[in-house]
Amino acid sequence: MKKLIALGLLLTAALAAAPLRLATTTSVNDSGLLEAILPGFTRETGVPVQVIAVGTGQALAIAGRGDADAVLVHAPDLEARFLREGKGVAHACIAYNNFVIAGPAADPAAVGAAADALDAMRRIFAAGATFVSRGDNSGTYHREQALWRAAGLDPAGRPWYLESGSGMGATLTLAAEKRAYTLTDLGTFLFMQGKVDLAALFDRPDPRMLNQYGYMAVNPERFPGANREAAYALRAYLLRPDVQQQIGAYLKDRFGRSLFSPLYGRCKVEVSP
Amino acid sequence: MTLAWAEVGEIAARSLGVAGAATLLAALFGLPLGVWLGSRPRRGRMGAQVVLYAGMGLPPVVVGLLFYFLLSRSGPLGGLGLLFTPLAMVLAEAVLAFPMIAGFTLAAVRVRAEGVRRLVRGLGGTERQVLATLLWESRRPITAALAAGFGAAISEVGAATIVGGDIRFHTRVLTTAVVLETRKGELESALALGAVLLGVTLVVTAVLVVWGERR
Repeated sequence: MKKLIALGLLLTAALAAAPLRLATTTSVNDSGLLEAILPGFTRETGVPVQVIAVGTGQALAIAGRGDADAVLVHAPDLEARFLREGKGVAHACIAYNNFVIAGPAADPAAVGAAADALDAMRRIFAAGATFVSRGDNSGTYHREQALWRAAGLDPAGRPWYLESGSGMGATLTLAAEKRAYTLTDLGTFLFMQGKVDLAALFDRPDPRMLNQYGYMAVNPERFPGANREAAYALRAYLLRPDVQQQIGAYLKDRFGRSLFSPLYGRCKVEVSP
Repeated sequence: MTLAWAEVGEIAARSLGVAGAATLLAALFGLPLGVWLGSRPRRGRMGAQVVLYAGMGLPPVVVGLLFYFLLSRSGPLGGLGLLFTPLAMVLAEAVLAFPMIAGFTLAAVRVRAEGVRRLVRGLGGTERQVLATLLWESRRPITAALAAGFGAAISEVGAATIVGGDIRFHTRVLTTAVVLETRKGELESALALGAVLLGVTLVVTAVLVVWGERR
């Protein structure tokens, strides 16, 4: 009977609680990570989470108009700007992995022999090897642009430089079909491995390839309609040690390494307004 | 196939509900307008006809974008909190279905208008009765108008993504689910969802046709 009452209370809470709307990137959603960790949050708090999975640029644009309560994205400079513009508050670093340059196993541009990430980009450029860019405003696209800039190269308009204009999974598929190189986050790459014929050609520790996921609530002063309590509750939940461990363990058995390594709130790249 | 069939059923039911509601909403305005315009003399309807026929080519993404701005919390109707809800999808899809229903109804009524008017007026009927008779006499081609409207609504993905957001258990419909599964590389799931979508459209159209053909 007690159990029934408890269940009833839980159900009532779940029905009564206003949902939390989380705008996030395709990489954390399509890899199944959110579906693995968010149900626990809903069970504990009764707050259902509505996930809108888009690119980082679009996620920040949605939240920046007050149409989401929180964001989970991966572009530290854009996150800093979001905070600076007073649109976001309570930033927290949740997890990280690294970006990977994937390409055909034959590796015509010899990216596998590159000394570092910039050398890898230079090799692709010098060889004129087909490269598929996201071409959107995603976190991955921002990083790719930053890499070209840092290498002193401008691939725009080159016949071998293709812009897919779609999400990471679709871009990997396109790159495989075109036997092209592309920049991808590790999570999506591992998740898509076996579905696409691409090899991880540059997958080494390199500070330029660090991929950090940050969480922010939208500024409740600016957007009074936002679900402030739930946004802060999810922040606390994501930073809890047991949930952080759960993030780190996600699919580790299957791939032999973490898709997302926990950060326990300690940023590798500082995100300050 | 990684997607559970129970969830496919849930998504299919939402697709049917959203597209069905959009079709009904569009028919509520489109049928009367189509019948009325179709009964008008040529000079009185040509302009509207051009607008309606052109409306059949309305790009769903543009309609979605307009509703996004309209319904966003920073937009004029933001206070309603409708963005990223099924109702927002119903509204956008109704706008897409409306020109189909009004336009095809107009086309069906137009060819019958003269004869029906002469007959009903000759029997002492009012203009209102002319319109009612026109609607009844055009019920078979109007079935096609409804099927076209429903087809436009349920097959549409651009507006559904922009104003719905493809939120699981909330705004995910068959078309946006196909996009998601394709993006994830789950091509089998995507294909299965596509087959379900075709099946739903086929069943609804069959119901409409049978209903239109009954005596």
